[in-house]
Amino acid sequence: MFSTGFSWNDLLFLLNGAWITLQLTCWAILLGTFAGLVFGLLRALLPRASLPLAWVLDVFRSVPLLIQFVLFNSLKSIVGLNISAFSVGCIVLGVYAAAYFTEIVRGGVLSVPLTLRRASRSLGLSFFQDLRWIVLPMASRVAFPGWLNLVLGVMKDTALVMWIGIVELLRASQTIVTRIQEPLLVLCIAGLIYYVMSLVVARLGARLERRWQEND
Amino acid sequence: MFDYTFQWRATLRALPDMLAGAWVTFETAALSMIFGVLIALALTVMRETRHPLLRGIGNGWVSIARNTPSLFQIYILYFGLGSMGLHVSSWLALLAGITFNNAGYLAENFRGGLKAVPGTQVRAARSLGMSAFQAYRMIIVPQLLRIVFYPLSNQMVWAVLMTSLGVIVGLNNDLTGVTQDYNVKTFRTFEYFTIAAVLYYLIAKAIVATARLMAWRLFRY
Repeated sequence: MFSTGFSWNDLLFLLNGAWITLQLTCWAILLGTFAGLVFGLLRALLPRASLPLAWVLDVFRSVPLLIQFVLFNSLKSIVGLNISAFSVGCIVLGVYAAAYFTEIVRGGVLSVPLTLRRASRSLGLSFFQDLRWIVLPMASRVAFPGWLNLVLGVMKDTALVMWIGIVELLRASQTIVTRIQEPLLVLCIAGLIYYVMSLVVARLGARLERRWQEND
Repeated sequence: MFDYTFQWRATLRALPDMLAGAWVTFETAALSMIFGVLIALALTVMRETRHPLLRGIGNGWVSIARNTPSLFQIYILYFGLGSMGLHVSSWLALLAGITFNNAGYLAENFRGGLKAVPGTQVRAARSLGMSAFQAYRMIIVPQLLRIVFYPLSNQMVWAVLMTSLGVIVGLNNDLTGVTQDYNVKTFRTFEYFTIAAVLYYLIAKAIVATARLMAWRLFRY
């Protein structure tokens, strides 16, 4: 008969890890969305002046996330910042997300036809009114699928924080594996949890996208 | 607050070893891309057929590859297969994991690219007397590869970045692995990983530049 050392407590432990994964994703996306929005608008509206910003953000996209974690973690110790590993994970993931989101926002803003913005300005809207009422609503519809992809990507990339010592879902499964020695079963359960989390986010996003499309 | 002396001179002495590691990294990524493209083409065709089993396998592969972390996929191959008595080396597990991941992502790109190839092209090819396989090989795939060329180069950069995960399953001859080896010997974490980061950046830029050059040479007309 099929017997296993996997107990309910282990499942709770895994779910705890999943909760950490979700928290990390949430904070990183919050940070990334905010920073990415600002940077993306800068990149789209002042392309020349913000060129150095693009170079800096490009570095975050061309260096492996694992190395960014290690680097920032050691930098933290060198400088003497006293923050937890969890915060380090959030910050690195947040900057990483911001680097990607900047390009998404930039693409979204540039997809709004210039004639439309001229029309709104000639109707008497100020620069910021035009940005707020014309550009952002249209750009957000273009950028949303990209943003959703980014959320899913960041959720999967949180698995790498195990390297700096945070017990999230994958690390939790690793801990259980070392105890009960049934890697295939435990890893499959962990994978299933990841799969379900991704699927739920993707479904919610698709629903929101449909709701937005109604008025267009 | 800041009482740390950087030791770059000693670190730079490790550069030849790290460059050798960078070559392994590049090789692994390139191999995984070659296999990934081949598998992705097969998956794309499988997802287009009406056969339910083939469709199921294709869709299942793509959705698992895209909805779970690549590190998890490498873990399954390394620890999971090990528990079934199939012991694979960490390099093989890494290569297989990245290939699995690449194939999933590329298959999705290819599906988009396939939609962009006009349906009339197939019909024209078939009416010229080509078999279905010939039409795919000589008409569809060349056009498809041209459409997905930039996503492909992007995925190559991704593959290079993903090879850094090998160190978690104990690979010690790729760039991250070599760096980690030096790191545990000397505890000069920041210096060694900075050099690794620079090397990764250069590899990524080299790939992007090569892709630009190739696109310029290949797609001139």
